Amino acid sequence: MREIFLRDLKLAFRSGGGFGLALAFFLMVIFLLPLGIGPKIDLLAQVSPGILWVAALLACLLSLDRIFATDLEDGSLELLVTAPVPLEGVVAAKAAAHWCTTGLPLCLAGPALSFLVNMPSSGVGWLGLSLLAGTPALSVIGAFGAALTLGVKRGGLLLSLLVLPMYIPTLVLGAEVTRRGILGQGPETPLLLLAALTLLGVGLLPFAGAAVLRMSLR
Amino acid sequence: MARGLLDLNAVTCGRGSSLILENVTFCVSAGELVVLRGPNGSGKTTLLRTVAGLQNPVVGTITAAEDDVVYSSHADGVKSALTVTENLTFWSKIHGGPAIDVALERLDLTQLRDRIAQELSAGQRRRLGLARLLVSNCRLWIMDEPTVSLDRASVALFSQMLAEHLATGGAALAATHIDFGLDGRNIDVTQFAASKPLHSGFDEALL
Repeated sequence: MREIFLRDLKLAFRSGGGFGLALAFFLMVIFLLPLGIGPKIDLLAQVSPGILWVAALLACLLSLDRIFATDLEDGSLELLVTAPVPLEGVVAAKAAAHWCTTGLPLCLAGPALSFLVNMPSSGVGWLGLSLLAGTPALSVIGAFGAALTLGVKRGGLLLSLLVLPMYIPTLVLGAEVTRRGILGQGPETPLLLLAALTLLGVGLLPFAGAAVLRMSLR
Repeated sequence: MARGLLDLNAVTCGRGSSLILENVTFCVSAGELVVLRGPNGSGKTTLLRTVAGLQNPVVGTITAAEDDVVYSSHADGVKSALTVTENLTFWSKIHGGPAIDVALERLDLTQLRDRIAQELSAGQRRRLGLARLLVSNCRLWIMDEPTVSLDRASVALFSQMLAEHLATGGAALAATHIDFGLDGRNIDVTQFAASKPLHSGFDEALL
């Protein structure tokens, strides 16, 4: 498993690997949105949790199809499936590598750049925490979705349609944690729910993803 | 009959919704090379994929030594962004196999070891794909047209590597159109061709 994780990380950092794509997209959204909204600082502060979470979620979505598609193209997915490694572990390792190259940078960039959308300082820590607790769910749900749409030509649209509904609970809870954090209204409850959701996904979806992969390679 | 590394018992396999081969029965024992013959589209790849476990047989049983089978498909599973060494080391670790130096040497890849796989020719890529078999530590090699895009010298290298694998108790099941120059048992897959392809939903006799 470790080898697959390390290989995916290495591939992401090599040319054309797609590392930084999610981060660049995230930056663009939070740079451009304040310009679009105009000089309404109070309004911006009010919607900042939502903006940051939506930006992070869409950024995550961008690189999902790469999780399995490149391995399918060059044949290594078939070889991995027939190799003596548990496929569930392969899916988990690939989702983990995806999180390290997209989710983790977002966890750091989000709080660091939250001033761009005028987020009150009381919410910055909670934003970081909520991203840390929520983005792993985005990666495992995404890996499951990518396995489902494997082999579908130009499956990106289908993938988004499948995955977005499953992202909604994470988005709602993540933004709620941050909003309550700003207002000082006890963000612990949604944070715990968010973490529970992530744990549920991490525990179950590698199995679902592996089952789906076996079917789509048939 | 002694149980071999691989036993196929009345296997029927298909692609999509159509049956292609039925009642396939043969066995591969240690030290044996079995070559599947047949024209394009006769079901060689389908049979190999079924044996490799990528798809289930429709009927019948396949018994193989567990974790002792390595599959090599049309595609080599080579990552363009990684070097030759990195590619092979990855597969060696996945299979828990030996160090890669011998395998590189055997397929004449030692000088290319630090080359990015993207810059390899098709034949060199194929040789890298075949080197994976050597680092897999598995006794049964399942190969789908292993010599595609290899020149004559490389085919000789491959034959030699295969001969040594067989001599050390390994076995191989291959689909190919060429002659490896080794003693092997040929199986013509057309004898197993499904007699009754599944209904297309349209019967011309009704016209």
